[in-house]
Amino acid sequence: MSYAKLSRDEIAKRIALDIPEGSYVNLGIGMPTLVGNHLPKDREIFLHSENGILGMGPAPAPGEEDADLINAGKEPVTLLTGGAYFHHTDSFAMMRGGHLDIAVLGAFQVSVSGDLANWHSGGDAIPAVGGAMDLAAGAKSVWVMMEHLTKEGRSKIVDRCSYPLTGIAVVKRIYTDLAVIDVTARGLVASRVVPGLAFEELQRLTVVPLSLSGTRAAA
Amino acid sequence: MIDKISPSVEVALADVRDGATILVGGFGGSGVPEELIDALIAQGARDLTIVNNNAGNGEVGIAALFKAGRIRKLICSYPRQIDSHHFQAAYRAGKVELELVPQGTLSERMRAAGAGIGAFYTPTGYGTDLAKGKETRVIDGKGHVLEYPLHGDIALVKAERGDRWGNLVYRKSARNYGPTMASAATVAIAQVYEVVELGALDPEVIVTPGIYVTRVVKVARKQARIPAGGVTRGVTGRAAA
Repeated sequence: MSYAKLSRDEIAKRIALDIPEGSYVNLGIGMPTLVGNHLPKDREIFLHSENGILGMGPAPAPGEEDADLINAGKEPVTLLTGGAYFHHTDSFAMMRGGHLDIAVLGAFQVSVSGDLANWHSGGDAIPAVGGAMDLAAGAKSVWVMMEHLTKEGRSKIVDRCSYPLTGIAVVKRIYTDLAVIDVTARGLVASRVVPGLAFEELQRLTVVPLSLSGTRAAA
Repeated sequence: MIDKISPSVEVALADVRDGATILVGGFGGSGVPEELIDALIAQGARDLTIVNNNAGNGEVGIAALFKAGRIRKLICSYPRQIDSHHFQAAYRAGKVELELVPQGTLSERMRAAGAGIGAFYTPTGYGTDLAKGKETRVIDGKGHVLEYPLHGDIALVKAERGDRWGNLVYRKSARNYGPTMASAATVAIAQVYEVVELGALDPEVIVTPGIYVTRVVKVARKQARIPAGGVTRGVTGRAAA
């Protein structure tokens, strides 16, 4: 049976629909930024940016960019009515202090126990961490958004991360292009497997033990 | 009469010494005290330790300091931007030391310096390579890393408006590290676009009270530059800026 992997936008949409109204949310740079494009218009969700913004809005119209108003990826953004500015130390106190409900982060690897590796690919690369470790340590829920497999076809969900760690046992849920996987005390639990992909095949691709729960309907 | 207004960026920076540790505000292109950095380049101090979120962009500012070989050490959280090539060249050539610090820890270390805190335990980075060699403690079942304050000899900060007592307000997300860095340095120098009379800044909204600020210098407002996306593309991991 054949199946289609979810596109990045389809994964982003799944995540956006899972964010409850009233949540304070930080979207990591890269793929997670797409989640902002799919937030339901009938929900008020507060986006946090590490450089001192709560109530961050979408990108401005062309010509309306303001060099003093950018997101963590250094791209121009807007402020929603009711939004606030604050300084860096307060911004990171919000993270470490457990005030953020959800951080959606990209990852190189996630381990079965929720260890996260997303800041350093090792080797010769110049190391750069930014706010990744603060978000990993501080957000109430860390959700990872990533492709299930590497370009070589290896599972990015692993028994032990081989890349340098960002945080230990911090990931609660993984959204991939093949399924949603919760990191629980009784192991990894898969749900919302893409149509046409048998659980047994998902298990074969992922290698580390999974169990199945929930429905297999597409989001 | 107390007047912290400096007549020029040159005067404001005249006493910066070789070997100084300089806290430089800004996050990407926002909140960067560009005129003060240009004046620092002209001033000539060498062997500097620079503390900044990033590692310079393009050819100006901190990038120009790297190009001129004036930086001995960089303490930062995110040096891997596409246009940080002057830092990267100096780093690869072994000409500059890099101390990589998680962004919130970097900011909190400066807050601790400004607030007289001797050290603090943070959960950030526990169990990672960036905590190697550091003291740790498990508090309420959660691992923490001991981190020490980060003092500056000089802070260079960009604010929007200031008065002769050194009170400052900022603009939008250009505030970023400014208030914390101002508190953490022996000499804090703020560049502003407007110098206003005492009382013109609403006391309810002053962000940096003048006690933290040594000098204020007015600079001309430039046409706003929107930097191109500063983050390395094609990195799938969250590489927070």
